[in-house]
Amino acid sequence: MTLAGCLTLAAALFSLGVHGLLTRRQAVAVLVSVELMANAANLCFVAFSRFRGDVTGQALAVFALALTVAEVAVGLALVILLYRAHGDTRVDLASEMKQ
Amino acid sequence: MEGTFFMVLAACALVPAWFAVRGSNLIHAALWLGASLLATAAVYAMLGASFLAGVQVLVYVGGVITLMIFGVMMTRRHEGLVALAESRHQGRAAAIAVTLFAVFAQAINATDGLDAPLSAPVSANGSALGRALVVDHVLAFEALSLLLLAAIVGAVVIARRRDPPDERGAEVAS
Repeated sequence: MTLAGCLTLAAALFSLGVHGLLTRRQAVAVLVSVELMANAANLCFVAFSRFRGDVTGQALAVFALALTVAEVAVGLALVILLYRAHGDTRVDLASEMKQ
Repeated sequence: MEGTFFMVLAACALVPAWFAVRGSNLIHAALWLGASLLATAAVYAMLGASFLAGVQVLVYVGGVITLMIFGVMMTRRHEGLVALAESRHQGRAAAIAVTLFAVFAQAINATDGLDAPLSAPVSANGSALGRALVVDHVLAFEALSLLLLAAIVGAVVIARRRDPPDERGAEVAS
């Protein structure tokens, strides 16, 4: 296992997330794709932490994880709001968030 | 041996990720995402970040996936129907994703020194990570706790019903 292998895996996961982000229309599916991309970034942090022998990368990964959780909480609240306002969760309905 | 195991784990992360992105059932997509995150947690463990692997399983696979499944279930329009995830712009999106991956792979290939075998793990028992979290980066740690509180309160404020029952009660009830 090398750093290049970890980074390639992270790049592939991130690209898959980008693909999902561009194709999906349901808000929860968009959130799934964003999670995939955030996870790929975390993998980079941890791989570089091991590569450099410095634990700061892992601390940064913990912070990024907590940020992602906060993002999911707010995102799902927005999904519920979108459903209540329009009866559907397609993201293109959210061009106007005002009820 | 380790390289083979890493390849297997990478496949275990990438194949579920593909299904999470392309599957038409939203619940299944969320579960596939969970499988991909589990494989990533295993990669973390291989990289010597055992604490982070545990946190990943607890927070992501335990918490976020549950939240997402709740989100799908609460916003499903008709009982019993599969929550279809429509897709659009397949060709262009695939082209962009492949180009992005090619750029990343080119950058990784062009950089020297990435193929060297990794050094020994930073700390086996996470004490160094604990010190980094609450001693070196304590300000960021506290700011993050504040942010989590704000996110929770914000989520409650956003998602609560704000229509007073006397104004639109009939509409909500119908």
